[in-house]
Amino acid sequence: MYKYNDFDEAFVRERVAQFSAQVARRIDGSLTEEEFRPLRLMNGLYLQLHAYMLRVAIPYGTLNSGQMDQLAHIAETYDRGYGHFTTRQNIQYNWPKLPDVPAILSDLADVEMHAIQTSGNTIRNVTADHFAGAAADEVADPRPVAELVRQWSTDHPEFQFLPRKFKIAVSGAKADRAVIKAHDIGLYLREQDGEIGAQIIVGGGLGRTPMVGKVLKDFVSLADLLPYLEATVSVWNLLGRRDNKYKARIKITVHEHGIEDIRARVEERFAQVKPLFGGIDLAMLEEIKAAFAPPAFREAATDAYDRAYATDAVFRAWADTNLSTHRAPGYAIATVSIKTPGQTPGDASADQMRVLAQLARDYGHDELRISHEQNVILPHVHKSDLPVIHAALKEAGLAAANIGLVSDIIACPGMDYCALATARSIPVAQGIATRFDELKLEHEIGPLKIKISGCINACGHHHVGHIGILGLDRAGVENYQITLGGDGTEDMVIGERTGPGFAYDEIIPAIERILATYLELREAPEETFLEAYRRLGMAPFKDALYPPKEEKANAA
Amino acid sequence: MPRPFTPKAITANALLEGDVIYLDDNGQWVRDLRQARAFTEAEVADAALAEAAKDGMVVGAYLTDIKLGENGPEPTHFREEFRRTGPSNYFHGKQEAEAHV
Repeated sequence: MYKYNDFDEAFVRERVAQFSAQVARRIDGSLTEEEFRPLRLMNGLYLQLHAYMLRVAIPYGTLNSGQMDQLAHIAETYDRGYGHFTTRQNIQYNWPKLPDVPAILSDLADVEMHAIQTSGNTIRNVTADHFAGAAADEVADPRPVAELVRQWSTDHPEFQFLPRKFKIAVSGAKADRAVIKAHDIGLYLREQDGEIGAQIIVGGGLGRTPMVGKVLKDFVSLADLLPYLEATVSVWNLLGRRDNKYKARIKITVHEHGIEDIRARVEERFAQVKPLFGGIDLAMLEEIKAAFAPPAFREAATDAYDRAYATDAVFRAWADTNLSTHRAPGYAIATVSIKTPGQTPGDASADQMRVLAQLARDYGHDELRISHEQNVILPHVHKSDLPVIHAALKEAGLAAANIGLVSDIIACPGMDYCALATARSIPVAQGIATRFDELKLEHEIGPLKIKISGCINACGHHHVGHIGILGLDRAGVENYQITLGGDGTEDMVIGERTGPGFAYDEIIPAIERILATYLELREAPEETFLEAYRRLGMAPFKDALYPPKEEKANAA
Repeated sequence: MPRPFTPKAITANALLEGDVIYLDDNGQWVRDLRQARAFTEAEVADAALAEAAKDGMVVGAYLTDIKLGENGPEPTHFREEFRRTGPSNYFHGKQEAEAHV
C-alpha cells in the first residue's frame, strides 16, 4: 500500500491546522456561515437534515487494518458507533458535532487519511475496481494510477474552482466493476504492443441527465496519461457551463460540443501541457508502483477449505456467493456483505470494523477494500483460512451469503439523512431484503442488482440497476419510480422507466410482481433477470405492474 | 384574491450540534416543534425570519409550513416530519432524546 511521504504528511497536517482555526473562528463569530460554508465543504463537512455529516475519502477503496481500526475509533468516540460506506468509496459519519471535527481530522491524519476534496467543485476521491491487485482478470493494478491521479488532483491550483464536481475512476481488469462509464473521466487500463496505457472514457454520469461515457482516446500511454488528463480537465474548465449548475458537468459539455470537437481541443491543449511535466510524473508513478507490489502469497494446501465446503452447507452457501477468483493459486477474494437483510446497506458498527481489521491483520495481508456496492472486501485470503474467517464473520453478524443477489442492494442515505433527498431509500432497501429473505427466493432468483436513490442526483446508481428505484416527492408524498434493464458494466445501459411511480407502501409489492414475472417467464434458471429482460422487453413487466382497469375493479 | 397564508414556524440547524431547532414565542431556539411560535401573518413571519437569520449560532434558518394541532405546531410535509423525529433506520436523533426525558 502507498505510504505518505513527508510532503503528503505535512500537507494533510497543515490542512487540519487550517481547518481547526477556521472552525474556531466560526464558533467565536469571526466567520459568518456564508464565509465558512465553502471552507467546511472543502474538508468534507456537510450539514444534513439532523446533524453534520463528515465524508472521509477512502482513496480507490483501499484500507489497511490500522486505518479500519481508526475509523472504528472515530465512530465510537465522536459519532454513534457506526459508519456508512458509500457508493463513492467514502465513509460517512452521520452525527459529528462541529467542535469535534478538527480532532476527527487529526485522528484521520494519524493513519494517513483525510476528508479533503470529498465535496465542492473539485476533482473528488478517485475510485477504482475493488478487486484491484487481486482479480484474476486483471491486466494491470489500477491503484498506482489512481494514487498518481490523487496526488496530481489534490489541491491542484487550476482545478479548485471547477464548473462542477469531477469524478475519475480507474479499472485495470477485463470486467468493469467500477462503473467506469458513469464517471466524468473513466480509465480502462490496457496493454498494447507490450505497453500499459489507458483507454480514456469521458462524459459519463448518472444524475438528472444520465449518459454513457464516450471514448475520448483509445490508448494513451502512461507517459502521456497525466498531461492528457490535465488537458481534458483544463478544456472543460474553460468550456463548462458555469451559468447553469444543471448543465455544468462535462457530460453536458461533451454532449453540446460533440466528442470530436472536445477531442480536438484536448489534443491542442495536450501539446501545450505535455512539455511542462518533464517526466516527474513518471518517476513518481514508479515509486508509487513499488508501494503496491503484491504481498508474498504463500503456498499451502487447501484441505481445510475443501473439507468445510464439502461438509458445512452454510459455509458452502457463503463461499458460492461471496468468493471471487483470485490471481494467485490457493487464494480467494472474499466479499463481506454489510447488507444482512434488514440492516442499512453500507453501515458497519465500530465492533464490526474492528473484526474486519483483525481478520485483515491475521489472514488478509493487512488489506481491506470498500466497494462502490457498499461491501467490504478481504482481497487476499488463502482458502485454507476461509473456514476460520467465516466463523468470525458469523459471530460478528457479517456472514450474509448474498453478494450479487436481491438483498445486496445499493441504497443512498435518502431522506433519513440527506438534505437533498426527496424520499427515503434505506427503509425501501430494508423492506425488499427482508421480504425476499422471508420468501426464501433469493437464491432461486439468482444474480440481480437493485439500486435505490432517494433523489434525482442518483447517488444510489438507480439508472444502472437491473432494477432501479428512484424516490421522489410527488405532491408532498413519497413516490417511487422503477427502471428496468440498467447495467453498470463495460456494456453500460441506462435503465428504462416502467411508467407511473408507486407509493411508499406499494413499492415492495411492485418489486415482488416484477420478480414473480421473471420467475414465471425465464427460459431456465440459468437465464438471469437481466438476460430475461433483454429477451422479453418491457411489456410483460409492465403488464404485471399496471394491470388493466377492469382487473383492478374485479380485484376490488 | 390573495391566497390564504399557511401558518409558519421558523426552523434552522444549531451551529454546534447541527440539531434541528425552532424559534419559540420568546425568541429563543428550542428543540421541539410543538414549542415553536406559530406565525399566521406573512409580514410578521418574514420580519422574524430576517431577524433570526442574523443569529450566528444557527445555520440555514427558513420558514416552514405548519398546521396547528392540539399540542402545538405540526409539520405538513414528510420532510419536516423526519426533521422533527430523526431517521427511520435507527432510534437516533430527536426521537431518542425525547425517550430520555
